[in-house]
Amino acid sequence: MNEQKHTVIEIAVTDLLKKAEEYHTKGHRLVQIGCTPLGDRYEINYTFTTAWDFESLRITVHDGDEIPSISGTYWGAFIYENEIHDLFGLSVTDMNIDFQGHLIETRVPTPFKNPPKVTIVSKGGDAQ
Amino acid sequence: MSYITKSPWIIHYDGSSCNGCDIEVLACLTPLYDLERFGIVNTGNPKHADVFLVTGGINEQSREVVKNTYDQMPDPKVVVAIGICATTGGVFRECYNIMGGVDKVIPVDVYVPGCAARPESIIDGVVRALGILEEKRTKMTEKGGK
Amino acid sequence: MSNQIVVPFGPQHPVLPEPIHLDLVLEDERVVEAVPTIGYVHRGLEKLVEKRDFKDYVLIAERICGICSFTHSVTYCNAIEHIMGIEVPPRAQFIRTIWMEYSRMHSHLLWLGLTADAMGFENLFMNAWRLREEILDDMEATTGGRVIQGSSKVGGIRLDIPDEKLGEMVDHLKSIRPLLEESNRIFTHDQTVRHRMRGLGVLSKEEAWDLGAVGPTARGSGCDMDVRSTGYSAYGELGFKPITFPHGDCLDRCLVRSEEVLAAVDLVERAVAKMPDGPIEEKVKGNPDGEYFAFSEQPRGECMHYVKANGKKNIVRHRVRTPTFTNIPPLVKMLAGIELADVPVVVLTIDPCIGCAER
Repeated sequence: MNEQKHTVIEIAVTDLLKKAEEYHTKGHRLVQIGCTPLGDRYEINYTFTTAWDFESLRITVHDGDEIPSISGTYWGAFIYENEIHDLFGLSVTDMNIDFQGHLIETRVPTPFKNPPKVTIVSKGGDAQ
Repeated sequence: MSYITKSPWIIHYDGSSCNGCDIEVLACLTPLYDLERFGIVNTGNPKHADVFLVTGGINEQSREVVKNTYDQMPDPKVVVAIGICATTGGVFRECYNIMGGVDKVIPVDVYVPGCAARPESIIDGVVRALGILEEKRTKMTEKGGK
Repeated sequence: MSNQIVVPFGPQHPVLPEPIHLDLVLEDERVVEAVPTIGYVHRGLEKLVEKRDFKDYVLIAERICGICSFTHSVTYCNAIEHIMGIEVPPRAQFIRTIWMEYSRMHSHLLWLGLTADAMGFENLFMNAWRLREEILDDMEATTGGRVIQGSSKVGGIRLDIPDEKLGEMVDHLKSIRPLLEESNRIFTHDQTVRHRMRGLGVLSKEEAWDLGAVGPTARGSGCDMDVRSTGYSAYGELGFKPITFPHGDCLDRCLVRSEEVLAAVDLVERAVAKMPDGPIEEKVKGNPDGEYFAFSEQPRGECMHYVKANGKKNIVRHRVRTPTFTNIPPLVKMLAGIELADVPVVVLTIDPCIGCAER
């Protein structure tokens, strides 16, 4: 079985821009930005590579958090960041091309968003 | 008006198909299958077209485009839904963005099932549609004669 | 200073078999800026992982796109197989490789035809599509499907190709090889083609790398980038070298594809010569637990399937990054500065597959 090399590095949201710039100076290209909804949080992977040793920066965010855009460093990142905004309802700040939620229009707004917490109300009483 | 059955023009639009049926529609127009031998020409302009081929289910953004294209076509006109997605929504029927088959938006005259629909069945469907087109034309002239 | 006007291009447009919308900002006849809008074929099939179990989902993954269909299903299977540690038998790997190369041939011939059509070269369009039918015949004979095959599954493949059929396939390819070479010669030497494509929509090597171009779009700009070099499936045993061209214009992107058709013929011949015997599938037990990023080279470029699973029969997340999606930023750069009449040709040279891009 042929294993493709892939290292995942977990970082804080505040380090994202600095790290992305480091990769850019080292000559890495941006492979993809992908988001995974995990019930109460979201994982976002930023994948970079020079040849075939892939490296992913992973940040964890919650509903309502703001994510800084890396489109200042990688011009082409706008397409992924707009996608994350449209499908997951996360806000990305300072994108170079901002579609304002019109890149992908869906019947259900932000279909991949985590479901809201449900509070079960017991009969005849208010939720605690 | 018998020219319609001798030289019907078709227009094709991709509702939200995976391309499989689209390229089969195009394959119908190329040498091996050669729909053009029936006098059929593929046009991009809805106002020139008699037959509307739609592939793929209908989603939020394509709904308006399909409806618009249909409204712009002159009467009589026929609609052929190509592939199982255009017929019922197919494997994507449970997707959040799919409304279902083409008949949710515009009236459909011929359904061609298959995933992807084979060129032979597409040709069959188009030829069937030409019969319906002729019927519609006769009805229109009768109405106009009264 | 002349006035700027905005011309909408698409979604329903004669040269586009698929809907994509571009707002072209023009100064006289020249494009200053292009803003793409997609979403006309967005289905949301990544969400279906919640409703289908991971084995059935192969069929959905295949229907992301009807042209690179087989490659999508193999890439998804690769991801699941890596997570579960399934060793796919070598014969299955070789046959998968053969089908993947057949997809590449039919996809590139389809694209060469469409490009000829966009240039107004109707004869070349018909010729490319006639050759494509020869490829599809063997595809249909071995898998049962022309464009959607459904012959890959988690752990291997659904059906074997008998050895005598493999021999016939090679003979058939040998017989159409002169026709493919002839069609390539037209793309390389014909005055009409050169006139329309040389020096048009130039993307330099640095820009291609920086904007994340992949596949023939990047290789036409001189980037030596092809996931097949990593040797997934059987590519490692077949010996593989990427094809690159240096100029970064439309003609070079076209030549990469026409050369790759012949390279694919060679790869199939080598794969048949080295074909191992043995079983074609491995039993799959249990459910996947873990995550994996699987990369593969589709006809349109590097594609990634990310799968995250938690030991249940429905996986948690399936994310697909398709080549067209990442080729949109380079396309926006290419369109700036060209004339309006050249827009269809330039849009086609990234080989846009909107079904892939929007899923």
